Amino acid sequence: MLILFGMPIVQLLLFGFVITNDLKDVKMAVLDHSKDEYTSEIINKIVSSGYFNLVENLDNITQVDETFRKGETKVVLVFEPDFGKKLIKGSQASVQILTDASDPNMANMEVNYLQGILHNYNVEINRGKQVPNQIIPQTRMYFNSKLESVYMFVPGIMATILMLVSAMMTSISIAREKELGTMEILLVSPLRPLQIILGKVTPYLILSFINALVIVGVGYFVFGVPVLGSFALLMTESLLFILLALSLGIYISTVSNSQQVAMMLSMFALMLPTILLSGFIFPLRNMPQPLQIISNIIPPRWFIVIIKNIMLKGTGLEFVWKETLILIGMTAGLIGLSVKKFKIRLE
Amino acid sequence: MNTDKKVISVRNLYKKFGAFTANDDLSFDVYKGEIFGFLGANGAGKTTAMKILCGLSYPTSGEIMVAGLDVYKQREELKKNIGYMSQKFSLYEDLTVFENIRFYAGIYGMSSKEIKAKADELLQKLGLVHARNKRIGELPLGWKQKLAFSVAIFHNPEIVFLDEPTGGVDPVTRRQFWDLIYEASRDGITVFVTTHYMDEAEYCDRISIMVDGRIEALDTPEKLKTQFKAKDMDEVFLLLARKSNYQE
Repeated sequence: MLILFGMPIVQLLLFGFVITNDLKDVKMAVLDHSKDEYTSEIINKIVSSGYFNLVENLDNITQVDETFRKGETKVVLVFEPDFGKKLIKGSQASVQILTDASDPNMANMEVNYLQGILHNYNVEINRGKQVPNQIIPQTRMYFNSKLESVYMFVPGIMATILMLVSAMMTSISIAREKELGTMEILLVSPLRPLQIILGKVTPYLILSFINALVIVGVGYFVFGVPVLGSFALLMTESLLFILLALSLGIYISTVSNSQQVAMMLSMFALMLPTILLSGFIFPLRNMPQPLQIISNIIPPRWFIVIIKNIMLKGTGLEFVWKETLILIGMTAGLIGLSVKKFKIRLE
Repeated sequence: MNTDKKVISVRNLYKKFGAFTANDDLSFDVYKGEIFGFLGANGAGKTTAMKILCGLSYPTSGEIMVAGLDVYKQREELKKNIGYMSQKFSLYEDLTVFENIRFYAGIYGMSSKEIKAKADELLQKLGLVHARNKRIGELPLGWKQKLAFSVAIFHNPEIVFLDEPTGGVDPVTRRQFWDLIYEASRDGITVFVTTHYMDEAEYCDRISIMVDGRIEALDTPEKLKTQFKAKDMDEVFLLLARKSNYQE
């Protein structure tokens, strides 16, 4: 009953809030070579639009790469030297819009919004002038210069598939043994509970790992999605995520006694959040605050950040250690919970 | 029945779940080669007691030795010496007859040579040689049940625990099933069986009847009938069950 009436409401709310294509508080940095009244006026206009937040002022073009790699800042605005002077005298001045395009949809929107603001400003200052001034925006997409959406889908699909194969299959297969009564026999046998669990989990560990290899391989050879960072690190992180998903599967199986319950739990507790709240398709930073908070407990959210960083930005562990630690913590927590549940059942 | 050798010895077993006492001061012995019937209405605490004896669950208090081993400290050793068959059918439906035997025997650490020889012998005895490589799912329920029992005693345990083994089986198959139990008992395997069927209770060497977590009667079927002046076990059981303050 709860599922029948609760699910539609939850889904409606989720979809309604999650699927918004508006920008909100995009973190922006500025590299202003000119520092005149025009550039500061433009920056003011952009910030007061509400779509962008100025978080940093850079002094050197070499800092741009570093800034993007950290992952917080999504846009950098670069004003050329003597921007203001050129705008008046030469009537043409250029500004560069650099975006982190590891999320292509967002990058596109950011560029459109910025161009819109620049255009409006341009119209404003041209009012009553005979020779119109022109601000020429030039855009450059970092990490995904052709704005291919496959760059976004490969990490997302990887997270979804690994979650599905590992968590869902494990939970269903353990629940199945419980349902059929074979689990009882195994528990009475000299096998230790740990051996039973390992036996159930190992096949899915191998399967999922092969899946991860295949996804990265197809992404690379068919769609040209690069692996800029260390391949070994990528696979280690994937393995960590698989372990996490497996322990989640074990946990689900300890709370469900039939295959059906395990299936329902996996579908609603794993599938939907993985797709909606992980930042796979819908950017997290556009969501309402409560959903953003909920998204923190969704493992794929962190995993997607990690693989995007490694594959598209080529960063090493030094930029993803925080996310990695979160995944490790979640895995340990889930294993602990499952062991506790298991013991309670024995007593 | 050899009354010298105790295979199961239970003294003052208590099992409490919060305020509810599932097993209230149970004390009994089971001897080697005996068929011991463990009777009681649903919810009387049979399964709870059985789980404790199998090492699946810890008692709240009491001294319990199974196969000469302590259920608190020697669980792992204990599990090697017992067989178990539950009321749910418990072989893997999508494995073949032989694969099931090999899997379960393997868990108990038997060598593959040993397994093969013994499996052939067993299939011959059960008349299932032709079904050796058939999937379990294709077999009729009666055969599955007999096979499940044979698998439970395949590693030659000291005791086999049967939890309502003949539920949903027709009378003829039940009779055949009991022939297997007698045979196991003759081979020196102690049989600890719970059942609902009172005619089956008559087949046991000794039976205990549980009411509300306590053992209300424990003796041979003959003596119980005289004691309660009843003509069959059904009557004995009803007399005792009426004492229950937990009426259904």
